[in-house]
Amino acid sequence: MSETAAEAARPTTPQNAFRGVLGRLNLSTWAGIAIVVLLVLAAIFAPYLATHPPAKQSIMDQLAPPGGGYLLGADQFGRDIWSRLLFGARYSLAIGLFAILTALVIGSLIGMTAGYRGGRTDILLMQVMDVILAFPSLILGLALVALMGATMTNIVIAIAFTATPAFARIARAAVIAQRDREYVQACRAMGFSGGRILFRHILPAILPEVMVMTSLWMATAVRTEASLAFIGLGLAPPTPTWGGMVREGFENILSSFHLALFPSLAILILVLAFNLIGDGLRDAIDPRLKDAS
Amino acid sequence: MVGKNTSDKPVLSVSGLTIAFGSTTVVHDLSFGIAAGETLAVVGESGSGKSVTSLAIMGLLPERIGRASGSVKLGDRDLLTLDESEMRSVRGGQISMIFQEPMTSLNPVQRIGDQIGEAIRIHRGLKGAELREAVLEMLRKVRIPDPEERIDNYPHTFSGGMRQRVMIAMALACNPALIIADEPTTALDVTVQAQTLALLKELQRETGTAILFITHDMGVVAEIADHVLVMRRGRAIEQGTVHEVFSNPRDAYTRSLIAAAPSLVGKLADGTIPARGVEGVPLSFRGDAPVLEVRDLSVRFPSRGGLFGRLKGEVHAVEQVSFAIGKGETLGLVGESGSGKSTIGKAIIDLAPRHSGEITVAGRRIDYADPRSLASLRRDVQMIFQDPFGSLDTRQSIGSAIIEPMQVHGIASGKEARAKMEWLLERVGLDPARATSLPHEFSGGQRQRICIARALAMSPKLIIADEAVSALDVAIKAQIIDLMIDLQKEFEVSYLFISHDMAAVERICDRVAVMYFGEIVEIGARDDVIGRPGHGYTQRLLSAIPITHPDQRSARPPQRVDATPPRSPMKPVGYRPPPQSWEMMAEGHFIRRAS
Repeated sequence: MSETAAEAARPTTPQNAFRGVLGRLNLSTWAGIAIVVLLVLAAIFAPYLATHPPAKQSIMDQLAPPGGGYLLGADQFGRDIWSRLLFGARYSLAIGLFAILTALVIGSLIGMTAGYRGGRTDILLMQVMDVILAFPSLILGLALVALMGATMTNIVIAIAFTATPAFARIARAAVIAQRDREYVQACRAMGFSGGRILFRHILPAILPEVMVMTSLWMATAVRTEASLAFIGLGLAPPTPTWGGMVREGFENILSSFHLALFPSLAILILVLAFNLIGDGLRDAIDPRLKDAS
Repeated sequence: MVGKNTSDKPVLSVSGLTIAFGSTTVVHDLSFGIAAGETLAVVGESGSGKSVTSLAIMGLLPERIGRASGSVKLGDRDLLTLDESEMRSVRGGQISMIFQEPMTSLNPVQRIGDQIGEAIRIHRGLKGAELREAVLEMLRKVRIPDPEERIDNYPHTFSGGMRQRVMIAMALACNPALIIADEPTTALDVTVQAQTLALLKELQRETGTAILFITHDMGVVAEIADHVLVMRRGRAIEQGTVHEVFSNPRDAYTRSLIAAAPSLVGKLADGTIPARGVEGVPLSFRGDAPVLEVRDLSVRFPSRGGLFGRLKGEVHAVEQVSFAIGKGETLGLVGESGSGKSTIGKAIIDLAPRHSGEITVAGRRIDYADPRSLASLRRDVQMIFQDPFGSLDTRQSIGSAIIEPMQVHGIASGKEARAKMEWLLERVGLDPARATSLPHEFSGGQRQRICIARALAMSPKLIIADEAVSALDVAIKAQIIDLMIDLQKEFEVSYLFISHDMAAVERICDRVAVMYFGEIVEIGARDDVIGRPGHGYTQRLLSAIPITHPDQRSARPPQRVDATPPRSPMKPVGYRPPPQSWEMMAEGHFIRRAS
């Protein structure tokens, strides 16, 4: 058994395996991570970084251009765009995060149950998921928010609702791939309960795939939230949301394009960052998928 | 030097072949030759460099990383100096290859006629009706029944053995000077293996092709080889004619390989033993009371089809099987793939549905609908699986894998469980200090030790070992079997040892049951069943097992090339099998009477 002596010299713990994934991340993934970290910091320290209160109007400074007293200019009510962007980041990030975490937990549970149980349970659960998936997420989110009213909780619920099937699908596929492996059979042979097998043995195996999905759907959630705000179904004014700022800036796009430009850029950068992270994670976790898409 | 007793020039002569991957040398200074019409067997365990050598001869080493130096002469040409386009004409034309896995080495979306025809078209330039006739001739040569019809079939309609014959036809299609056969029979059942080897030998006699035969099985070597080259860790450690190597092995490793072959088989006793009919089913066992008693176990899988999933029929995987195992006793369950032997093990521990039957463990009848009865079954009966790489959770440390079942069943927890785990690791020959390591840090044999420790953690009465040593190299296999025998004495545990490997069965089992199409056809003490088989199938199975010494070649009966399609296990719904009747050959040795 000499061949294992060399292997034993460098034991691999889960922490090491995680470090291995981090080591395989490419430059653009790190750029994505850096952007998200910066934006989260900006959102947390918004009160310190802002130069003006975000809702403070100033008749004198309506549509002021960038530079001067206002870093990125002022909007049609004379509110500082820089400060509003900083506070807006809080809503974009919070809604995206809570919506996707909710979808992650519920969707994964549904998918794991469907995949592990199989048969009728599987068919029933996944048919429901497919029906939800058949609607474009923006239309479905729009209908839900219009129905329930545009509060923070309702927007989170609406976006979570649209993202749940995606997590259910990926969790189900991953569980099915594991379910018939011999180690799962061994667990069943030793009399472990279904819950124990699912959560202690199968869940860690499917986690990487779910993580990739999470960051990719964060991007979609941010976009959906901005789109809802743009068509007027976001948080009510004067709450500064990026989508809402784009809409307000749109009215003066010909005279003062900076009103719409800066929040649009903010949305673009955040969505791009989440996509970069998702793609990079996927490549690092499973190099075989690199050229798949 | 190989080839010294053949006067003619070798077809292939390799000298000083050294192969390196990057900075690691995997094959050191290898030299051998093969003459026309001769078979050289290259023997070694996984990682010994035997397959890499064949890839180097074919010029198929991975580009950029693999480098070969020395010389590989086919006739007068040194293959190592040829460029890729020249090599292409050599491959398939002068050298062809037969691979291990007949299920994956054929293209599933091409008719077999087209696949054989492609090589002939490229290398011999035949077309149209001429090409078709040439393909038909090849199919006849490899004894494919109804070749006119089968030529237009797809690979999935062929059995494993038939596919390997198609592969052989492809390899022979262009009259190659050399065929490289890389473990061509390893994936086949033993009876099919015997037929395939017989066919290869016969075709070699007709065509005079040289064969480089790569294998890990000394039995196959004894059957087919003229010369033998034993490899270990990239070096040739022994070389000579097959008689020299088997009669006077010089190297200790070669001796251990030869010793691993089954020894009872092939020494069949002469004469017929009078048999008498017996009442009921044979439930004999050793000792006072059986640990496991299986009565009339049947397993059927529904086969549905059509638009509404109508029940078309049932696959009778296991049919009215009865047997018993005594305390500290090992019953071997042997049979070929698809005979239902694994399904029996799974049905006992509720991993497969039981259609009917009664299972009693330690005197208690198991009620599978009762959670308490099921829980006690799961304590008393443990299972060891075939794949030591698949049956452990890759993310769980081995210590925790052994402790978890103890906690789940409330046998031990905390410090007590830890102590028991460490003690068990020591018992199976592993260092308890490595309890925090993950499974991938262990070799295949070590992992199987971990699985054994995990099974023993429950202090079971019975361990079902489902092909538990089949995936291991010969030397490791012997160690694990010895460990299982030692532990059996210490823990007084019984084994149900499911395997197709007769050498392993012979070594560990007290009694043997032979399975054929879901039924036990013969059961009895090991020496009786293996030494004096009574049932026709057992006799056929045993005669197909490779011989242990080349001197026995003339003594064994000729292998018929069997063309009959296998029996279908699919039966119409409500099918009732005919009642069984048994004959007793000797005390505790029963055979099924033909119905």
